[in-house]
Amino acid sequence: MKFGVVTFPGSNCDEDMVYVLGTLLNQKVERLWHKDTDLKGVDVVVLPGGFSYGDYLRSGAIARFSPIMEKVIEHCNKGGYAIGVCNGFQILCESGLLPGTLLHNNNQKFICKNVYIKPESKSAAITASLDKNKGYKIPIAHGEGRYFASKEVLEELNANDQILFRYCNENGEIDPSYNPNGAEQNIAGVTNKTKNVFGMMPHPERASDEELGNIDGKAMFESIIAQLN
Amino acid sequence: MTFKAAIDIMPLEAILDPQGKAVTGSMKNLGLSEISNVRIGKHITLTIDAASQNEAKEKVEKACKELLCNQIMESFTYELTEL
Repeated sequence: MKFGVVTFPGSNCDEDMVYVLGTLLNQKVERLWHKDTDLKGVDVVVLPGGFSYGDYLRSGAIARFSPIMEKVIEHCNKGGYAIGVCNGFQILCESGLLPGTLLHNNNQKFICKNVYIKPESKSAAITASLDKNKGYKIPIAHGEGRYFASKEVLEELNANDQILFRYCNENGEIDPSYNPNGAEQNIAGVTNKTKNVFGMMPHPERASDEELGNIDGKAMFESIIAQLN
Repeated sequence: MTFKAAIDIMPLEAILDPQGKAVTGSMKNLGLSEISNVRIGKHITLTIDAASQNEAKEKVEKACKELLCNQIMESFTYELTEL
């Protein structure tokens, strides 16, 4: 399986992503530049975290018009896989590849801390192999992570098994008090209807190396690899 | 013909605007407790070359709908004046 990690001006989690996929998980990784117009045959496009284009206008709004995004949109519309983390999630929403949007955190602060998320979707590759009764400890680092979608869209997401993760406590219990940013229904990640595009605010690539004392995030990449192989 | 567009982009009424809420709180500290419901958006100006007012309108709306405003969370209004 070949992953392609895209670097936009202002991306800052691209190297972590390349390291986790290439060195820790022994996958082929292609580095893609925002001006590239060729995905170089990758199977899974990865949009990493950061502050693409300085978060000008809205997070992810300008990155969406990068030359590479035209190819990413084409790839996803043909059923190709993509995962966006943090700013990558914001870009996928701005591109219309994922439903909803990410608003400023309800406390107006940039939040950088470990949180727990509970996997939910049984049919999405990123969560299919995960323990659905467990809270996974994954760090968040965002100012605009409050997931929002209309009531109708939220109903659809629930009905179609499109919720990837919800914020919870370490025992996997979901409650508004464990919601760090005011996201609708504690939502931390969603997938599209066809389950080939994944977006999440927490950073699994920051919880994948044993040296860092937490490898809960590694399981999410392993789930994708296991399901797609 | 050249036109100037003055565009206002506001968070939708149904959505919590934490910036506006914080500023509303500060109004009280300033002794202006009569002021409530502060909401903060963006004001964008731009110039457009177009053959007619209608064409300029179409271009502003395309810019708003496809880039300047995310209609899931914001709404826009604008005024167009010929320069």
